[in-house]
Amino acid sequence: MALLEIQDLNISFGGIQALAGVDLSVEPEEILTVIGPNGSGKTTLFNCISGVYKPTSGAVRFEGESLLGLSPDSVAQRGIARTFQNLRLFMHMTVLDNLMLGRHIKFKKNPLHAFLRVRTEELEHRAVVEELIDFLELQAWRAARISDCPYGIQKRAEMGRALALEPKLLMLDEPISGLTAEEKQETAYLITEIKGRFKPAILLVEHDLRIASALADRMVAMDNGVKIAQGSPEEVQRHPEVIRAYLGDE
Amino acid sequence: MDLIQSYAEELKLIRKPFTKVWVWGLVLAVFLLPLYTDQSLVYIATLVFMFTIGTMGQNLLIGFTGQISFGQAGFLAIGAFTFGHLVRMGVPWPLALVCAGLVAGVFGLLVGFPSLRLKGPYLAIATLGFGVAVYQIFANSPLLSGGRMGLTIEKLEPFWILSAEQTYFYLYFLIAGLFTLLAYNIVSSYMGRAFIAVRDNDIAAEVLGVSLTRYKLLSFAISSFYVGVQGGLLALVLGYLEPNMFTFLVTIDFLVAVIVGGLALVEGSILGAAFVVLAPQVLAEYRALVPMIYGLAIILVLIFEPLGLAGRWLKMRLYFRNWPFR
Repeated sequence: MALLEIQDLNISFGGIQALAGVDLSVEPEEILTVIGPNGSGKTTLFNCISGVYKPTSGAVRFEGESLLGLSPDSVAQRGIARTFQNLRLFMHMTVLDNLMLGRHIKFKKNPLHAFLRVRTEELEHRAVVEELIDFLELQAWRAARISDCPYGIQKRAEMGRALALEPKLLMLDEPISGLTAEEKQETAYLITEIKGRFKPAILLVEHDLRIASALADRMVAMDNGVKIAQGSPEEVQRHPEVIRAYLGDE
Repeated sequence: MDLIQSYAEELKLIRKPFTKVWVWGLVLAVFLLPLYTDQSLVYIATLVFMFTIGTMGQNLLIGFTGQISFGQAGFLAIGAFTFGHLVRMGVPWPLALVCAGLVAGVFGLLVGFPSLRLKGPYLAIATLGFGVAVYQIFANSPLLSGGRMGLTIEKLEPFWILSAEQTYFYLYFLIAGLFTLLAYNIVSSYMGRAFIAVRDNDIAAEVLGVSLTRYKLLSFAISSFYVGVQGGLLALVLGYLEPNMFTFLVTIDFLVAVIVGGLALVEGSILGAAFVVLAPQVLAEYRALVPMIYGLAIILVLIFEPLGLAGRWLKMRLYFRNWPFR
């Protein structure tokens, strides 16, 4: 059974139909890449899944249960984590605290522990986060305020924050945009490492077609809120609709 | 050499031995204050302790959670009158104090609901409405406010060998100390982290599973609990209450204290409270100047030292720690 199933998803903002009847499914442990020109609805799709936007109609099912109408924090509780295209970090916190927030849903959240300075739980989660810091090679930046870190580090820290949730579905919104060529390669490799080590299903939005197709198990192309092609990376890239969307008519 | 050996060590409230020495030295110096100063200064210090509590609550809300509230005078009034009425009914004052905090906390929860929909200035306006409404209700209801004569409350008996002023001084010192510790504990826990997350980026916080409803309301409740307790202490130290003590100007006092002291810094609340209590005392002869000084202080702080007095204090410590390097 598919981990995430989307059927006939529609959302419109005023007169703009941002998503029109999108069908999609993500299998466990696979990497599904979504490509498409600017404004084709990729990020809107992410926002609909994570509960930031409320779709006008359609169905979103995760492990067989509907996600529609859930607030973003309940969606996170189910095991879906995401990153943002334009980084949404907690700029006044250290890298460590940003990652610790990723553990928030794993805390038992007993207020008395907060009030009376009982920190046993904090220590357990700190150990998990430290492992992640090692994995992402963020050691040197651990105590730095995240707003002082370079862009590449911020990007990696955001990915770490999402990983800290131990998600079953990890949604990465353009994880390599804005990075240097070298960082792009590193991040692409990191994504394969994440796949091997944590085994989440990964839903990836990416513009860089070369890296996107190298990473993807399956690929979906979108244009103007409509899914225009689906299949293996090679199939999708040769699809006439995709070529038309990117290059225009002859 | 500063070498941290374990995660637990890093979570300690005071980690370095030297910090421990000067913090305890400072506590001792304040503790012995009545021995080397006169009565009036002891009384002023008592007021600073009292004001510290409310400022800290306000700082948790404005500084940490980023929810701007102008309803503080309302919570203060609710706390104070709850305390007053309970004591007059014969409830022992410690219990009445807790109730004052709890009742204010419940009202804080109710006022917190608009914060789920409103942001920034709109929330400020909504809470401002609450503060003014509470004042009007007390001003127009003799049953609640004790009528023309106000509400008189029995003051504390001098305890043991202490004078009345000293009794208040030590009691308020203890209570303010407890609330300061509580504030430090909250902001260093998962809860404080969630508060800051809501302030820094609410969408990211939500996507990580931080429930905005829960933490915004919690922050309002805790903040008004603090302010309500201050209301109770205010009633206890003054011995009488009237609605005119809870006008909008009190809210401004809190706001000035939080901003001048230092947003999102617990020690800033102490410094801010001291500023707001001391400024009118120092300028006793020129009362009219006080609001101007407040306005000027806010502008200067926001331009030159956004983290307020506590920010300056942190920078000084950093300077000496790194000395002679910079």
